[in-house]
This record gives sequence, C-alpha cells and structure tokens, in this order.
Amino acid sequence: MSSTTQAVRAGGREWNATNITGSALLVVVAAWVLWNFIDAPTQTLQVMILGLCNGALYALIALGYTLVYGIIELINFAHGDLFMLGSIFAAVMIADVFGQETSNPAGWLAFAITFPLAMAFCGSINVAVDQLAYRRLRKAPKLAPLITAVGVSFIFQNIGILWNGSAPKSRNSVLPSGGLNIGAISIPWTYLFTLGITIPLLMVLTYIVQKTRQGKAMRATAQDPDASRLMGINTNRTIAFTFALGGAMAGAAAIMYLQTNGTTRYDAGFQLGLIAFTAAVLGGVGNLTGAVLGGLLIGLIQGLNDGAPHGLGQEWSQSVVFTILILLMVFRPAGILGSQTMEKV
Amino acid sequence: MAAVTATPVKATPPRRLIGKYVQPAAFLIVGLLVPTIVTNVPAFEDRWLPLTTMVLCAIFVLFTLGLNIVVGYAGLLDLGYVAFFLFGAYTAAWLMSDFFFQIDPGIHIWSAAVPTAPGINISFWIVLPIAALVAAIAGVIIGAPTLRLKSDYLALVTLGFGEILPQVFRNGESIKGFNLSNGTKGIAPVNAIDMYWLSWTGVVDDKINVFDYTTRYYVIFALCLLFVLVSIRLRDGKLGRAWLAIREDELAASLMGVPLMRTKLWAYGVGAAAGGIGGAFYCVSLGGVNVDTFNFQFSVIVLCMVILGGMANVYGCILGAVILTWVNYTGMKEIGNAINNTFGTTIEMPHYQFLIFGFVLVLMMLFRRDGILPAARQKQSRAVDEQIEKIGTEEVPA
Repeated sequence: MSSTTQAVRAGGREWNATNITGSALLVVVAAWVLWNFIDAPTQTLQVMILGLCNGALYALIALGYTLVYGIIELINFAHGDLFMLGSIFAAVMIADVFGQETSNPAGWLAFAITFPLAMAFCGSINVAVDQLAYRRLRKAPKLAPLITAVGVSFIFQNIGILWNGSAPKSRNSVLPSGGLNIGAISIPWTYLFTLGITIPLLMVLTYIVQKTRQGKAMRATAQDPDASRLMGINTNRTIAFTFALGGAMAGAAAIMYLQTNGTTRYDAGFQLGLIAFTAAVLGGVGNLTGAVLGGLLIGLIQGLNDGAPHGLGQEWSQSVVFTILILLMVFRPAGILGSQTMEKV
Repeated sequence: MAAVTATPVKATPPRRLIGKYVQPAAFLIVGLLVPTIVTNVPAFEDRWLPLTTMVLCAIFVLFTLGLNIVVGYAGLLDLGYVAFFLFGAYTAAWLMSDFFFQIDPGIHIWSAAVPTAPGINISFWIVLPIAALVAAIAGVIIGAPTLRLKSDYLALVTLGFGEILPQVFRNGESIKGFNLSNGTKGIAPVNAIDMYWLSWTGVVDDKINVFDYTTRYYVIFALCLLFVLVSIRLRDGKLGRAWLAIREDELAASLMGVPLMRTKLWAYGVGAAAGGIGGAFYCVSLGGVNVDTFNFQFSVIVLCMVILGGMANVYGCILGAVILTWVNYTGMKEIGNAINNTFGTTIEMPHYQFLIFGFVLVLMMLFRRDGILPAARQKQSRAVDEQIEKIGTEEVPA
C-alpha cells in the first residue's frame, strides 16, 4: 500500500509503481507484436485474423460467464462443459438426425435448423441447473454455489463421455470449405461466418440488456437483489432468464466451434471454459462489452503466440493466457473496462 | 440487533467430549490398527481395502489438511493446490535420483541409493523438510502478489498458477538447453525411503522395499499425525485465531490489528508445506513422478475432500479425504462388481465415477452444506443465523 501513498498525480492520472510497471509491460508486448509484424507481415496478419475469429468464440462463451457472474456473483464452472454438451448436441443433430456430412444446400439447411436448437438446448439446460441447484443456494455462503458448479461440471463431463465416448470424434463441417483470399492472406469461410454470426448476436444481447424491460430487471437485480424484489421485480425469473441468455450464447459458440474445429470431445469445455473465463475477467467481469473485448484480445494473443514467427508456440499457449490473467489481476484487478469500485463496507 | 440480544441464542450444546476425545481417539485407533486387521483378512486386503489404497488415502489426508488451513481456516479459496503437490514431488525427484547425472560422482547423504550412483542422492528424511520449504516458498511467492485480491479473483489466480506450473514442467525438457523436468517422460526411478536410523531395532529393513506397503503406510500415517497436531495447535493459537478472524470479516480483523498480509501468507506457507511433504512422499512412494498427475482435477478433488468432510474441522477433513480417495481408487470398482455379481448386470461403474461424484457434491451442498463433520463454530453460527431469520416471522402476542 506504500506505493499508493507515494503516488504523484500527473495529468489527472495516478502514477505509482504498479501503474508504471503495468504500462512498461504493455509497451514490451506492443514491441513484440511490431517485431513479429516487421519480420513476417503476411504470416502475422494471417494468424491475427484467425486469432480474432477464435476470439469471437471465446467472446460468446465469456458472455455466459460474465452475465451469470454479474447477476449472482457465481463463477459458473459448469459453463465450459455446457458448451461442450452443446457441441456434441449440434454434431449429433447435423450428422445423425439430419444425416448431413458435406457442404451442400441440405447441409446448410440442417445447420440453420440446428443453430437455434443448439441455443435452446444449452439455454434450457442452464436454466434447469439454476432452478434445481443454484436457486436453493442464493443465500448460502459464496463457496457453496461454486462447489455446486464444480459438481455440475463433473456431471456434464460424464454425460459427455457417455454421449461422445472418451476419445475425440472428428466431424465434417457442413459449411463451405475454402476461404477468402486477400493477397497472401486466406481466411476460411467458416471463420468469417463465425465472426458474421457473433456480431449480430452481440448486438441482440446488448439490445436486450440495455433497452428492454427484462434487461432493466436484470441490471437492477445485479445491483441489489433485495431492493429489486421490493420494487416488484421477480428476481428468480430474472436470474433464470440470465442463465437462459448465457446458455444460448454457449450454444451458438458450440455449433460454430464444431464447424471451425471439426471435433467433439468431452474435455473440450474445460480448457475453453478457462480461457473464456479469463477473457471475461480481462474485460472486467460483469461487463458485456468487456467480455467481448477480452475474448477478442485473448484470441488475438493466443493466435500470435501459436502462429507468429517469434511466438512461443502452441505448447505454451495455456501458460501465456494464464500469465496474462495473473499479471492483469496484479496490475488491474477490475479488468480493462471494469471500473475500480470501492469495497462495500 | 436488540432483538437478537434480547432472545439469547440457544446454540446446540457444544459436544466438547466428542470433539476433544472421541474423534482423535477414533482417528488414532483406526489409523494404527486397520493395516494389521486388513492384512490378516484376505478378502479385505485383496478387494475392499488394499494397502495401496490406504497409503493413497493417507497421502490425501495430508493434502486435505494442508488445504484446510488455506480454505477452511483462513477462508482463502485456492484452486491451484496442485502447484504445491508438484513442487514437493519434483523436489524429491531432483534430490533423490540420478536425474542430475552430470554430477558424477554423485552427492550422497545417508541415501538408500547405490553408493556409486551419480546425481544428488539425499536421505528422504532430509528431503522432506526441504520439500516443505520449497513448497512453502512457492506458496508465499504465489500468494504475495495475489492475496490482496477478493475471494473469486484469488481463486482464479491460484487456478492460473495451477495451470501454468504443470505446463512449464511438461515443456521443461529443454528450457534453453537445460533439462528441468524431463518433460512428459517424468523422472524415474527415485530412491526408496531410507530407514537406517530405525533399522537397528530390527523392526524395519535399511530401506522400504517396493512392495512393503505396511511400513510405507506407517511412515505417511506418522506424517499425517504430525500435521493433525500442527493443525490443531495452530488453530487454537494466536495465528489460528487471526485466520478465523480474517475468514469471518477481513475488514474487522484488520481494524482489530491483525496484520492481513502476513497472516494470509502464513496460511499459504503452512498449507503449501503440507502439500510439499505429501508431494515428496507421493513421488517416493510411487518411485517417480509423471507430469500428467498434476492437473486441475487434483486441486478440485482435494477441495471437495475439505468441503465434503467439514471445512475447518480437522477430523472432518480426514474423513472426507479417506472416503473420497477410497471411492476413487477402490470403492467405485468394487461396488460396481458387487452390484454386477448380485444382480447379474454388466454395469461399468467406473464409467459413471464423475457422474456420481458430481451428484454427491451437488447434493451435499444442497442438503448438508457444512460437511459430514461440521466444525463446532460453523454449527453455532448456523444456529445464530436461523435465529435471526426467525425474527419478524414470529406472531406478535396479542
């Protein structure tokens, strides 16, 4: 705390040891990106764009975390596994129910039908879990719902094993293969499609939260559940609605992940869930725009690390993401967009 | 608040006797006698309670007691306990094998290794405190920048460390040309536990042989006993009271003059030391380390043991650790076999392990949140809470 007392105010912003170290780190990262870019411009751009598209997926999953955390302060450990169940569901629907394995109009139709179904599937599971388990723990100490979420995550993973087998299964994409070529850079259609779907979804979500009555209820409940109840808001239904929204986002991410990555595996949710939660925290947990920004940033950094000429390579991917998380927690615990709030006493 | 003081809370009478004598006595007697009984009943030894599982149970008891100090006493949610386990195990592997074969002739200090072996070969009994120290230092280093965070963020950062460290050791085969951890191949073999200091009595050999699980069990049981004592003494002492104060209300504790940072770091250090000791023993007991052992699941399972048994209650933690370890390594399989034999079914019980595990966790949280053996303090505060909730719902006498 001594650094705070020695802080001098310069240009309206506090400069102290923490701030300076943090800024220095940012400069180093920027220099590293620039170095990559000068060395191999096309390769760097290529991995950056692919990273951004992956980041869109992270953003969708991160939204589920951030929505739930924002309203009941629960780190929903089961969210990543919900996403995994969604991807298996989508794969089973497209390949087994509709019998589509290749990219043709019938396959596209199957995709179009499965898309809302996957969203509904994940949304309803999320609501069911909330109503069966978390709802009874609203007044319990914080650790109780967290452990419950871990338990639910175990249950989901086991369902994943029973449904999909313990080995990863490869699935064919029903979306067009190939991609858009701009000069030496090529972007697969599926990735572009992911971006194209993510953006409208985010707009709809923002609209719901910012403009509708239900969104207002959500924001009120997040701020003070007791006061909201006194104002006549059905907080329980509002929380359930939030879970539904978060689940639906996970469902959308799941089917897009299936199309871009082409595999279903029971443990996919764990890693992706952790990364997505990091993204949510990076942007300032509870902040929708922040979650999207965090997801894109994490995707970008991961893409650069895995593919850029001076990156550490894929085997360090996880470490890089979590190092960012830890540094961020140390230097800016509220996230990029989160505001530094005073501790409630 | 006046209403609360007006109607004094009738907490359940503290069952001091059970807490003070029955639980410790039960722990001691069961811990000391079970191996002898088990080895004499073949049905038990082979199927229901093999000594290998018992050794694992005891190791997990040690981990659980360590995590209990961090989570149960100090109330700091740690989701990266695996990091300390890892440090303990690798410390033992480094100091008790020919891994650093460049050092030739090797360093030998009362080791069970062949005197000509290269590398660092130090007695297990010296490695134990070193492993504890390494883990404790790691705990303090991890803790120092993160402990000012609020609980959820702290959980996340510890989780981050728990993910990074295994990856570093997984990729650690050649860090700038230096082989840190032998990567996915792991380090094996590791020297056995040396017993020169006790072998003159004739009870044990010069070292613990590969199949000698009974002696191994008693060694880890002694370590558990030590840590039970440490836990209880610490809890009742000044440091323990400071931990509880921080757990209940950090702000109030700091206003009362509890040094937050130092107290929290002590919790991390002591908790990590238990993890380090357990890790060192695990490594030596299995005769090597494999980086795949160190994953997030481990941290979660140890946390589940603490919560299932009863947070902040030493004997609850022991019970939780024993039950879950047994279920994980033996129970699930044997119960499945028993069901199949009785009803003629072909259910593969282990396939449903995590399903059942998950349901147990969820149901415990819903219906018995304080664990199987709740801490006395928890019970009292629950009683107070219920009393407070009743206020206002009572009918006003006419």
